Amino acid sequence: MSKPKVATAALSGCFGCHMSILDIDERILDLIEVVDFHKSPINDIKTFTERCAIGIIEGGCCNEENVAVLQDFRKNCDILISFGDCATMGGVPALRNGIPLKECLDEAYIDGPTVHNPNKVVPNDRELPLLLNKVRPCQEIVKIDYSLPGCPPSADTLWEALNALLADKPVDLPYELIKFD
Amino acid sequence: MSQNLETFVKHVCRENGNDAGRMMDICRAVQAEFRCVSPEAMTLIAQECNCDRSQVEGVVSFYHFFSTKKQGEVVIWLCDDVIDEMKGSADVAEALKQELGVDFGQTTTDGKFTLGWTPCMGLPDQAPAAMINEELVTNLTGDKIREMVRELRAGASVKDLVKVPGDGMNADPRLNTMVSNNIRVKGPVIFADIENAVGLKAALAKTPEEVIEEVKTSGLRGRGGAGFSTGLKWMFTRGAEGEQKYIMCNADEGEPGTFKDRIILTECADMVFEGMTIAGYAIGSTEGVLYLRGEYAYMKEYLDSVLEERRDAGLLGKNVAGKEGFDYDIRVQLGAGAYVCGEESALISSCEGTRGDVKTRPPYPAQKGYKGKPTSVNNVETFASVNRIFVNSGQWFSATGSCGSSGTKLLSVSGDCKRPGIYEVPFGMKLIDFLKMCGGEDAIAVQVGGPSGELVNPDAFGRSIEYDDLATGGSMMVFGPGRDVLKVASKFLEFFVEESCGYCTPCRAGNVFIKERLDRIIDGKGDKDDIAYLEQLCNTVKVTSRCGLGQTSPNPVTSTLKNFRGEYESRIQENPDRMELSFDINAELTEAAAITGRMSEHF
Repeated sequence: MSKPKVATAALSGCFGCHMSILDIDERILDLIEVVDFHKSPINDIKTFTERCAIGIIEGGCCNEENVAVLQDFRKNCDILISFGDCATMGGVPALRNGIPLKECLDEAYIDGPTVHNPNKVVPNDRELPLLLNKVRPCQEIVKIDYSLPGCPPSADTLWEALNALLADKPVDLPYELIKFD
Repeated sequence: MSQNLETFVKHVCRENGNDAGRMMDICRAVQAEFRCVSPEAMTLIAQECNCDRSQVEGVVSFYHFFSTKKQGEVVIWLCDDVIDEMKGSADVAEALKQELGVDFGQTTTDGKFTLGWTPCMGLPDQAPAAMINEELVTNLTGDKIREMVRELRAGASVKDLVKVPGDGMNADPRLNTMVSNNIRVKGPVIFADIENAVGLKAALAKTPEEVIEEVKTSGLRGRGGAGFSTGLKWMFTRGAEGEQKYIMCNADEGEPGTFKDRIILTECADMVFEGMTIAGYAIGSTEGVLYLRGEYAYMKEYLDSVLEERRDAGLLGKNVAGKEGFDYDIRVQLGAGAYVCGEESALISSCEGTRGDVKTRPPYPAQKGYKGKPTSVNNVETFASVNRIFVNSGQWFSATGSCGSSGTKLLSVSGDCKRPGIYEVPFGMKLIDFLKMCGGEDAIAVQVGGPSGELVNPDAFGRSIEYDDLATGGSMMVFGPGRDVLKVASKFLEFFVEESCGYCTPCRAGNVFIKERLDRIIDGKGDKDDIAYLEQLCNTVKVTSRCGLGQTSPNPVTSTLKNFRGEYESRIQENPDRMELSFDINAELTEAAAITGRMSEHF
């Protein structure tokens, strides 16, 4: 029997959650005994070619490309996990939600105190995905099966969750792994 | 101007004993004089009352009728209740916007008018209604409100708007209001004839302990809706440690659809004050406070004059009714628009001159209430019933009503029925019989007990109106054929979102999420997960909120989920792709498309 496939995506986050995935350290060797990694920034596979058991999503959606990737994951994965606070709640990128988009862009590219942009050009290439009016956590766009909190969630949190899912047991994390004060 | 302000604030503060505990009165006076409580005024008040400025700002920002920005000479608050909406408040709103040329929340450029929304002001039986400064105007239409605005613009005073006063005491010069009583059925407790001082003298002939015993015998339970035994509450307050004790009358009738206290206070004010006096004697108190909701400010002058008459008649003051050593007086404290102040500990906070914050219980007010002293807070109708108990007897009282709910109950009915108004009926009446009485037999749903109560479906119209079945503080809203119960629930949630004091997260944020998810289903963008989500979230808000507001605010959803589940199930969609149906990518890209001038590459 082939091993279940795991895919991961980094949307609007800082990549810190993916660094946390790598923090499982040598246990990654145990992990690849039982799963294969499919589409993921870790192995740079760009498109889904087969159905995956688990999709791990870092980051919320700040632009249309994020939305497209997330919807693609929903189509191709049996279980989707929101991994970390940006995916579950929008996180730091969502701080812009109280400010109109135009003001954000102007501050970033024109008015900011450290900006040098004599021509006052805001980047606008068709390669650049359009930004959403507001940054959205993943569950506002597709159904999410599990949410793992943390900024980032610890490697142990992911380890416990993956092991439970692969063993078909309830994801019942010990309190220490989901408490942050 | 600022010299004026300083002189005025100093004067008002002095009149209130430079007591920060009277912050409500001070802010009301400043608001009335300057049409706002400006930051400058707040600093002055804090200095004069020797309190933190944050206390003043807390009060000003908390209550609906205080404003830091200058309001118009005439402030029009249009009632935003679900019944008003059914009766055409949208037309009135449109007429106001056209006539004044401003939107809600704005002031006209000439500084003459301010327009705003306010939740149920206790007039759904004569909806649509509005409050113009302190005057209540009823049965509005677009044309009628236009005419009123024109009159006011031409220099008429708000009192001039009253062409034909309402019935009963509403026509008394001290009230002179267009509000009507609409009393449909009179019962033996509240609306039967009564003679002043008879009950009081009968009570004073007994010992305080005997008075409490008599109330216990009557089986009287709190008329606000919670139904705690009045006799027990008094016994606890009497037994609590402390020299000074207080009686408070909760006349902050804010539960949408409830308006019985409005009628009791104008038609039977003496009964209420007499009940409060008897209560004062029973628990050993010398001071009572009647907390009157800001929307009922129009009756303050009248109530004060009744108190004055009672003082003149020796029924208040030193040695009340000739009872040596029993000194007792009552004052009326006005609120300023905050639903949560109907919760007894929030009401006490408000009387103490702070935000209407609920207090953590225990200690209960009976142990530590107003100013930290033992306090019994009872409803208007409870006090009126007490008076009747001592005119007749506890035994007599307990003979009316049902087993666990003795006496009568005032029901205030509004919505789709032929005869909206006030009904005094014995407890235990079947809902269906009551609907026949008020002409609402074809109802598809009845909201019993206001938004925090239960929306009952026709299968359950055989249930009875009493504490142990369908409990209500008086609110009965009838919804006829064609009404959408989920939209009603959504409107109620909007009310709770607005009225949450913001202290605890489950209530402050949870209600917003409940409403959002409910609206998703109403819009046909929901699936079965949304129902499960609502069930879970409602439970979280209920279980983890600190006070009664959050503990009951999910009720519109939980009771429709229970009693009208088909309404949800018929609107949800199959969703095999497991995408969020409410997410609309095009609606999310409008700002970016406008800024960049290009269309999506991905969608």
